[in-house]
Amino acid sequence: MSEIAVSVTGLRKAYGPHEALRGIDLEIRVGEVLGLLGPNGAGKTTTVEILEGYRKRDAGEVSVLGEDPEHASRAWREQIGVVLQSSSLYANLQVAEILHLFAGYYARPRDVDEVIALVGLEEKRKARIRTLSGGQKRRVDLGLALVGDPELVFLDEPTTGFDPAARRQAWEMIRGLRRLGKTILLTTHYMEEAQQLCDRLVVLRDGQIVSEGTPAELTAGAGEAEIRYRQDGELVTVRTAEPTRILHELTAAAVAEGRELDGIEVRRPTLEDVYLSLTGDEDVEHA
Amino acid sequence: MSDLRLFLHELRGEQLLFWRTREAAIFTFLFPILLFLLLGAVYTGTINGAPAGRYLLSGLLGYGAGTTAFAGLAITLVVRRENGVLKRLRATPLPPLVYLLALLTSTLIVFALEAVVMIALARGLFHVGVPDALGSLVLEVLLGVICFAALGVGVTGAIRSSEGSSGILNIILLPMAFLSGSFGPTHSYPHFLRVIADVLPLTYFLKLVKATVVSGDAIWAHPGAIGVVLAWGAIGAVAALRWFRWEPRSA
Ligand SMILES: Nc1ncnc2c1ncn2[C@@H]1O[C@H](COP(=O)(O)OP(=O)(O)OP(=O)(O)O)[C@@H](O)[C@H]1O
Ligand SMILES: [Mg+2]
Repeated sequence: MSEIAVSVTGLRKAYGPHEALRGIDLEIRVGEVLGLLGPNGAGKTTTVEILEGYRKRDAGEVSVLGEDPEHASRAWREQIGVVLQSSSLYANLQVAEILHLFAGYYARPRDVDEVIALVGLEEKRKARIRTLSGGQKRRVDLGLALVGDPELVFLDEPTTGFDPAARRQAWEMIRGLRRLGKTILLTTHYMEEAQQLCDRLVVLRDGQIVSEGTPAELTAGAGEAEIRYRQDGELVTVRTAEPTRILHELTAAAVAEGRELDGIEVRRPTLEDVYLSLTGDEDVEHA
Repeated sequence: MSDLRLFLHELRGEQLLFWRTREAAIFTFLFPILLFLLLGAVYTGTINGAPAGRYLLSGLLGYGAGTTAFAGLAITLVVRRENGVLKRLRATPLPPLVYLLALLTSTLIVFALEAVVMIALARGLFHVGVPDALGSLVLEVLLGVICFAALGVGVTGAIRSSEGSSGILNIILLPMAFLSGSFGPTHSYPHFLRVIADVLPLTYFLKLVKATVVSGDAIWAHPGAIGVVLAWGAIGAVAALRWFRWEPRSA
């Protein structure tokens, strides 16, 4: 039994007549990376901002690092780091200046140069924020979330706008935080990111949890494998629970006829496939 | 003790931010000084019975207090609110009160510098001696900045977007400055304009400053004017407590 960083039961929130959250139960253990997934409007930001203390809930129990975020203390704010879904900070300050400014708000901040290196902005140390690219600004946001050396970090779509290299770098950084024993709540629309980083995933849809588990658990239950190849230029997709037998039949037939099965591949359902079937109404043919 | 450290840290940050934001610095700091030079060159002789230089010095000090503490502060807060800066700050351990006090003090520093520059220019160019009742002038500036700042914070609740903020604030500030006589004589204004002027906070703030700069009166000589300025400050504070928000309107 490890310690619990965040615990939520029966969380509800409505905006006017619109019910954005309809009874969420959630638990994040200390040192865990929890991924919150779900389509646009599912209620991810609403959940995260309730946990951060920004929004009031209509019903439910919420405890974050032992406190109710609606009445959080200053000591509590020393312990959390936040990347909001959208933000644009002081455009006229330099990267190092804004990090120094925020570092000064905390009792035990991290070293600013260390944070700059961590988010890969060494070259832009003296650049005004207004001159940075979208992804670089996002890295500043990430730096600001880390500069207070928090125990619990909320990251609402932290890598949106990152190029692939920057995204991998951010993953390394988040893994680094995890190694330090930090607890992380992350939302993302990138399934590979969820798979790479998260210990556990929670999938929201219309304000309800539709599935949760480790990435392996989520994909394991999905069963059928997919075999694809080209025949006369047309893509053929076969879904099957017995890929070995089907593959054998296909290749035996092709070899007998002296044909090549162009571009043949066998794939397990990815997290993305599982996610789409959980959250969407995707049509697929089954073999 | 640690709150004091935080206050000084934030104050330093606010000063950096103010002087870095060129447009704001020009609008709030330089513009009243430029107007003072311009009007000082235009008017000679007396205005409303006072030497033109002294009259304009007090008038532009009043207008300057309005641009820095009222309009400038309000625009800064609306822009930061809509950008999400205020929201982001709330997630840090910086206490909101320390933040607002640092912002207010930063505003006061800017205006104090502006006042010093104007007084020096008045002396050098228009032969207006440094006011004798300097202590009273300092108190008046303090009173004005605090009350206009309260009004500035109070008015932010009524402003929806960053884009509109500078327009709205100027629509309030410029006519107020004009009516209260910041820019020149008011004796030829029609009666109804003077009736409006008689309720404006700037009119009474100017009355206090003018009495000190022109006649050397102490601030205490005009308790009624102090009362009106304070009352407006209180209205601003109540509006601020009721309508001030940390989160963007557009979210
Ligand atoms: N301040 C608000 N006022 C009214 N409705 C809101 C507000 N914030 C969110 N909503 C609504 O609540 C629902 C959930 O929104 P939320 O921002 O939590 O979604 P999300 O899962 O974060 O989506 P995205 O992936 O697009 O960021 C949406 O239908 C949204 O329109
Ligand atoms: Mg969101």
